[in-house]
Amino acid sequence: MSYLPYALAGWIFVVGLYGVVSSRNLIHLAVCLTVMQSGTYVLLLAIGYKNGAAAPIFRPSHHPAVDPVVQALTLTDIVVSVTVVALILALALAAHKESGSVNPEEIADFSG
Amino acid sequence: MIGFAIAGAGFAALVFWALVGLPDFGHYHWPYGNALNAIATPERHATNVVGITVFDYRGLDTLGEEFILFASVVGVSLLLRKDPEEHVPADEVRSDPIRALGAVAVVLLFVLGLWVVAFGYVTPGGGFQGGVALAGAFLLVYVVGGYRQYHSLLPHSPLEMAEAFGAGAFAILGFVGIVYAGAYLGNFLGLGNAGSLYSAGSVPLLNWATAIEVCAALVVLFSEFLKIYMLPAASWTPEEGPR
Amino acid sequence: MSTILAFPVALPLAGAAFVAFTDGWLPDRVKELPAIAIAAATTVISTIILVRTERMTLVHWFGGWEPRHGLALGIGFVAEPLGAGMATLAAALVTASLVFSWRYMTEAPRLYRVLMLVFLAGMSGFALSGDLFNMFVWFELMGVAAYALAGYAVERLGPIQGALNFAITNTVAALFILFGIALLYGATGALNLAQIGRTLGGHSVDGLVVVAFTLLIAGLLVKSAAVPFHFWLADAYAVAPAPVCAVFAGAMSEVGLFGIARLYWTVFDGPIGPHVGAVRDVLLAVGIATAIVAAVMAFLQRHLKRLLAYTVISHVGIALCGIALLDATALGGAANLVLSHGFIKAGLFLACGVLLREFRGLDELALRGRGRALPLLGALWLLAAVGLVGFPYVGSFLGHSLVDDAAIEHAHRWLPATLMVATGVSGGAILRAGARIFLGWGPRDDPLLREEPPEEVPEETASMPAMLAITTGVIAIGVGFSLIPGLEDRSEHAADRFRDQHTYVDRTLFGKVRTYGPSAPVVIHRATPASIGYGLGAGLIAAATAGFGLYRRRLPAGTRQAGRRWLEPSVDGLRALHTGVVGDYVMWITVGTAVIGGIWALTLVS
Repeated sequence: MSYLPYALAGWIFVVGLYGVVSSRNLIHLAVCLTVMQSGTYVLLLAIGYKNGAAAPIFRPSHHPAVDPVVQALTLTDIVVSVTVVALILALALAAHKESGSVNPEEIADFSG
Repeated sequence: MIGFAIAGAGFAALVFWALVGLPDFGHYHWPYGNALNAIATPERHATNVVGITVFDYRGLDTLGEEFILFASVVGVSLLLRKDPEEHVPADEVRSDPIRALGAVAVVLLFVLGLWVVAFGYVTPGGGFQGGVALAGAFLLVYVVGGYRQYHSLLPHSPLEMAEAFGAGAFAILGFVGIVYAGAYLGNFLGLGNAGSLYSAGSVPLLNWATAIEVCAALVVLFSEFLKIYMLPAASWTPEEGPR
Repeated sequence: MSTILAFPVALPLAGAAFVAFTDGWLPDRVKELPAIAIAAATTVISTIILVRTERMTLVHWFGGWEPRHGLALGIGFVAEPLGAGMATLAAALVTASLVFSWRYMTEAPRLYRVLMLVFLAGMSGFALSGDLFNMFVWFELMGVAAYALAGYAVERLGPIQGALNFAITNTVAALFILFGIALLYGATGALNLAQIGRTLGGHSVDGLVVVAFTLLIAGLLVKSAAVPFHFWLADAYAVAPAPVCAVFAGAMSEVGLFGIARLYWTVFDGPIGPHVGAVRDVLLAVGIATAIVAAVMAFLQRHLKRLLAYTVISHVGIALCGIALLDATALGGAANLVLSHGFIKAGLFLACGVLLREFRGLDELALRGRGRALPLLGALWLLAAVGLVGFPYVGSFLGHSLVDDAAIEHAHRWLPATLMVATGVSGGAILRAGARIFLGWGPRDDPLLREEPPEEVPEETASMPAMLAITTGVIAIGVGFSLIPGLEDRSEHAADRFRDQHTYVDRTLFGKVRTYGPSAPVVIHRATPASIGYGLGAGLIAAATAGFGLYRRRLPAGTRQAGRRWLEPSVDGLRALHTGVVGDYVMWITVGTAVIGGIWALTLVS
């Protein structure tokens, strides 16, 4: 039972990857990337958890607290993921403008 | 898809095999997090350990993260630069109750954002979280007031300069840290009293620089996307129309 | 004063913000100057760091957070010769590109300059960082700037497709890396490379270590574009503007390899040590497959930038073989390959920029013979091709000979011959293109090469003399690498230091400084007869490949029929795999990761 949070993180990650591979719409693909990212957040936060401890905010007084480092890492990751998804969405908009489609298979302009 | 099914199953198997090797959930015992929890308040007079980690212990990560946001917004501006004629379309007029409630909501959200930024190293919050709330307040102006009000309230060029200012200020504060504290991003003001606004040395400065940058960056991002969205459909799809 | 280590990162970042802030106020004539000045200053600083690291490894802890009792509290930068060399290479290439693109970029030039500086900061940070999550942050910074730069010519579908494939595949790679970092944090509670390595030393190799290793290596292999993770690179490099491609090809692809070497030697060498054969074999297999597949694909291209993109992949494969041998000489050879290839490749992409300005297109067949108007460029192209092939004492010869020597020492006698074939074929593709364009040889038509989309053309304001001068300079530096005295001993010595995990840990976590010296004698590398033989052989293969490409109609009909029957299915199959659809690319990434992970799962667990 104690591996459930980790298993959840792994499952979200793998499902997101499946979504990226099988996607036929760039917007859907960008959202699947955010799903994969959520998997990594859950993993990080689960690793830092301590039973019976509270958030690392020591006001008014000190108490047992969970790991603050993974929370800082997750904060950084969220910003990174927002920025990358913004770029991909902008590219999807530009692709739609050029070709009328957001299907990756239809915008494949060159290959080989 | 058969190829992916097999590979995907193999990949998933590897991932789950790895997860089994992790220490038990709920039993974090490593020294790094515990050390930071122990020394953050005595040494930096900050009560939000996550905030002080983001801006002081691991401040270089935050510098990089801030410039990732900066680069992404610059990139979106670059990618969506094909300027349609500056066409401000006919907005639907919002009803009076919506505008009244909306005005109240915008003000409240704005104040909340400022609060979250200001106390970022004391209680949960910080430049990033508060900056996003502030940007949300501006987006709320679009939702309740329509595009015209949003567009006139938030001109593009000063916002881009504000974004550059926020990002540059963070980098330059790092150099100031070299002068006063001997290391890049060193902490250099008086430490004050833990639990009050005056604490944690130079972290408040970094905090506000981040808030300015994040708010300006997100508002520019919204503007870029809204600009495309507000165009009438006929002016930017190709002649044969969507497939 | 170790604070100088902050400058290669902080200076370009502050500079990017400055350029973004002030660009509207500067007069047109001087708009380009701040960015060039900042990039040049960063190059100078990185070179100073490189020279200083020869005596000792430099360490700087950001925020002043020194480690306590071996526990790293903050983020540290650790500069040793290979990392500092990587940072210097990146800075030099970005400076050259910015000077080259003096008035070459007509649209949104301010945004272009800002992104180039940010990109430089990301590469420098990745090369110098001693903290695993910090490396990830710089990796993403490089990525974000690169995705936008690749999609610069956004009014055509090709660049949008290229930028999308680039962004999506590299983001998936970054997520693999992040998952691996989380696993390692769970296993060791540390983010500092030295501390992870030290804690992991006492850890047995179980599923966690193997899969973390696999995910991290796979993510970095995607960045380096090794087979089968390489599909995105040709799409992206074919459409990015020429000066941007120069920086990509010269520095970005190699940075992934640097990451692999750094991670292996600092973190995983301890626990994996006894089973190192499995790691060596898998990485060698990947490297060889990359070198050969990419060389063949390069030969099948008609669009010059796409052809060069595949040769970039091929050379990454060769450098990966050098790293895979897990030996100081080979690692030194790989470092030399990265340096010489970096400059030559960048020069070739810049030459494409010149061709584009002059002839408004980059189709090899359409440009046939027209290059006769640019004899200097033709000579440079030929010189670059010879340098890439590894002809004795030209260009990448030093790197190749070191890798070959190491391979023979490890009883992989077949490796130098295989690499010789790969360099020969890819060099031959470049030679064929050069001969067709600058000499007018070969037929006007070639069914083997398929149609490619048109290319964006810069405006007339681009300055031809400046472009030619920079191209000449960059190629000359790359070609002259094998003749730099003392480079061989210094790179082997640097590689030895790079592999020494105990000294690394002592220096970063416990502050035990160790000085190295005196410097090695300043002599030119004396090559073994075998190396010279391989170099000549590669040259011959290149000439034969180019000749085959140009004149194969003169072969007797029977040979041609036989050749077609044997080779066509595989060539067509290889081509069909490169579909241009990003979902397929990510599927190949998953397949590659699963295969590598599976092999290591079976062989590394103790």
